[in-house]
Amino acid sequence: MADISKQLQDQILAARDKGSKLNIVGGGSKAFMGRTPDPDASELNLSGHTGIVDYHPVELVLTVRAGTPLNDIEATLAEQGQTLHFEPPRFGDTDTIGGTLACNLSGPARPWSGSVRDQVLGVRLINGKGEHLKFGGQVMKNVAGYDVSRLQAGAFGTLGVMTEISLKVMPKPAASMTLVREMAVDDVVDYMNVRSAEPKPLSAACWLDGKVYLRLSGAQSAVEATAARWGGEPLDEADAFWQKLRDQQHDFFGGDQPLWRFSVRSTAAQPKLEGQWLIDWAGAQRWFLGDADKAQMEQLARDAGGQVSLFRGGDRNAEVMHHQPEVLCGVQKRLKNAFDPDAIFNPGRLYSWL
Amino acid sequence: MTEKPTITKAELAEHFRGFIDPEYVITDDETMKPYECDGMSMYCEMPLLVVLPETVAQVQEVMRLCSRHKVPVVARGAGTGLCAGAMPHAEGIVLSLAKFNRILSIDPLARSARLQPGVRNLAISEAAAEFGLYYGPDPSSQIACTIGGNVAENSGGVHCLKYGLTVHNLLSVELVTVDGELVTIGSDGLDCCGMDLMALMTGSEGLLGVVTEVQVKLLPKPEIAQVVMAGFDSIQKAGDAVGGIIAHGIIPGGLEMMDGHAIVAADDFAQAGYPRDAKALLLCEVDGTEEEVHEHIEQAETLFRKLGATSVRTSRDEDERALLWKGRKSAFPAVGRISPDYYCMDGTIPRGQLAHVLTEMEKMSEEFGLRVANVFHAGDGNLHPLILFDANVPGEFERTEAFGSRILELCVKVGGCITGEHGVGVEKIRQMAIQFNDDELAQFRELKAAFDADGILNPGKGVPTLRFCQEYRSLEHKQHSTNRDTDASHG
Repeated sequence: MADISKQLQDQILAARDKGSKLNIVGGGSKAFMGRTPDPDASELNLSGHTGIVDYHPVELVLTVRAGTPLNDIEATLAEQGQTLHFEPPRFGDTDTIGGTLACNLSGPARPWSGSVRDQVLGVRLINGKGEHLKFGGQVMKNVAGYDVSRLQAGAFGTLGVMTEISLKVMPKPAASMTLVREMAVDDVVDYMNVRSAEPKPLSAACWLDGKVYLRLSGAQSAVEATAARWGGEPLDEADAFWQKLRDQQHDFFGGDQPLWRFSVRSTAAQPKLEGQWLIDWAGAQRWFLGDADKAQMEQLARDAGGQVSLFRGGDRNAEVMHHQPEVLCGVQKRLKNAFDPDAIFNPGRLYSWL
Repeated sequence: MTEKPTITKAELAEHFRGFIDPEYVITDDETMKPYECDGMSMYCEMPLLVVLPETVAQVQEVMRLCSRHKVPVVARGAGTGLCAGAMPHAEGIVLSLAKFNRILSIDPLARSARLQPGVRNLAISEAAAEFGLYYGPDPSSQIACTIGGNVAENSGGVHCLKYGLTVHNLLSVELVTVDGELVTIGSDGLDCCGMDLMALMTGSEGLLGVVTEVQVKLLPKPEIAQVVMAGFDSIQKAGDAVGGIIAHGIIPGGLEMMDGHAIVAADDFAQAGYPRDAKALLLCEVDGTEEEVHEHIEQAETLFRKLGATSVRTSRDEDERALLWKGRKSAFPAVGRISPDYYCMDGTIPRGQLAHVLTEMEKMSEEFGLRVANVFHAGDGNLHPLILFDANVPGEFERTEAFGSRILELCVKVGGCITGEHGVGVEKIRQMAIQFNDDELAQFRELKAAFDADGILNPGKGVPTLRFCQEYRSLEHKQHSTNRDTDASHG
């Protein structure tokens, strides 16, 4: 529980003076993500920058230091019957809120409850010039200035070091129930989308090993009435099932094969690619396990109206993110230069050219 | 804007007429007059000329030409904005997207719609209704305002607490860059690789590019909605009731508050049957499945009574629900009837500060000799104080602006912000220096330069120049010193 932002700032200024680079590390749980970290860069460690700065349950707003572990945050919220609605994945015991936002990671509830980026209200951030800046705030509606806070989502720390994050939090749903039934992969995409288009309290929808799982959350009466109407077997230990999906602990995610993440149109036909698939987010997020050619994967993603990234394993010295058109490469390079003119932070972690 | 345009008005018009229907290249003052301001009509400026292209290729060509000759470009939708974000630049053109008014497609199963930027907000929900879907964000101007303008301002509305702002309801935009390049940001999926440019574009007030197509998410229309109206004999109690509802775990579809002045004005206008003697009124709408709504409405009624409501009324049918909302929705024109002019402010505060802020505002109202009525998106802390004034009384608008500025300063002081949903534009550019320090504003300017190095997109809006800030701060400093001197002499 300490504020080490001054030390972080000093370390950044020193790196700037020396012309050296920094790899930003929180809990270290996401070391497997992105491209291979630059071996010549030193570590800028935020694991000591922890603590809840402000929490008003009635306001539904939480402000925390970026190095605060998700486990601590969720425990604090649980005492007040509240939760992080985007269900952040945990890849260990040390995942931090900063890393979660930098990698834009959200769990099974994402299509209905929004992503981590959707819940962000403001950040404090140290840019590459060592300036400690504040963007956004602690209120739900704020359109003063550019949305620099949400810009950080998915930037992998390439624009600056987030030190403090304000988030919207939500009450835990009063009741929850999961329905499961067997279904072929060719039918499941339509089925999940039809259910999503109904005004019912759906809060997660995935397909794994030949079965479709739908979770209902909300008022007890609404959950029960919807379950009765939709049918399917109620799942025992449903919380554990979704937790394992969220944290990638199901057997599907085991092994050493490369893991590809497709973020696509929810209704897109299942790509014709033999291998192991897991469908989440009612079709909008699809995982594929196996060796594949990245260009071929990108074509499949484009056909499905979205993008693909190499989430884990594979060749991390090549590009792992979806190919960017030239105009957007230019924009992102200039944005990088605007925030981090000496290219100190996380060199090459997001793209080889950034 | 760093340089003057390198082309005359006549030359520019001739170029435009080479690729745009000459009828839609407007150069005469009379026809240009309606473009001199947006919904914030206190700020006016005549542009050099107005163009209304009809194709994306024409928009690209307009941008290439203006880039080459350093001509400022102010993109414009329906002109309903409330921060003078679409006020023209005297040396620049207005790029009206009014011709881009087609709904390109609706995908009922994927729950999305592709729209040209000039499609009206309400038209989206009307078109989606046959599929049982609607578009979430519902700004008060939704009959007229366009989706392109909603993207530029990150518009909110009554239902944002539960359904989010524009930024939460977009999938992709097609954008023409300052050099006329066409690029898609976002995708049909829920997120994209890398930094979130989609979020950055949303609310960027036309400073980073020109949006030529928007893909929005659609939501299933809730089975039912009911509204509970609760009157209170103090603002404090009503404010506590807002917190109480949310702490109880109910997220209302809409949660609105009005103060005594607004209640009476709205009831006179709409005859909604509001409790006219109440000091504060809450409208709490719960939507969802029938079971959920019944469960939550009962809880809300009980809770409001427990928290000191002097009257509680729940809509029994759609007509009654519409009637209860009618007062709220017509609160602005209603207030317009009790005063020659009104100035609508737009700050956000942490909800817990509500009673304090409203009390302080009452004091300021006396100090400035101007009445103020409050309507308030209570659920998300977004205040809309309406300052009543008469523009024909010399000095009254200046006093109104000063009053408004003090309200925004107060919002920042209690942990809020200077604009919740109307944007900065020209109107709040001075207050940007209250919300942000010089380094932060410099970062904004560098960000802007990454998209528009010459500063031709909507110059003079959104982010103040360095010189402007220095002058403003030194003026503030002087005023504060003077205030201190005055205080000292009184002491």
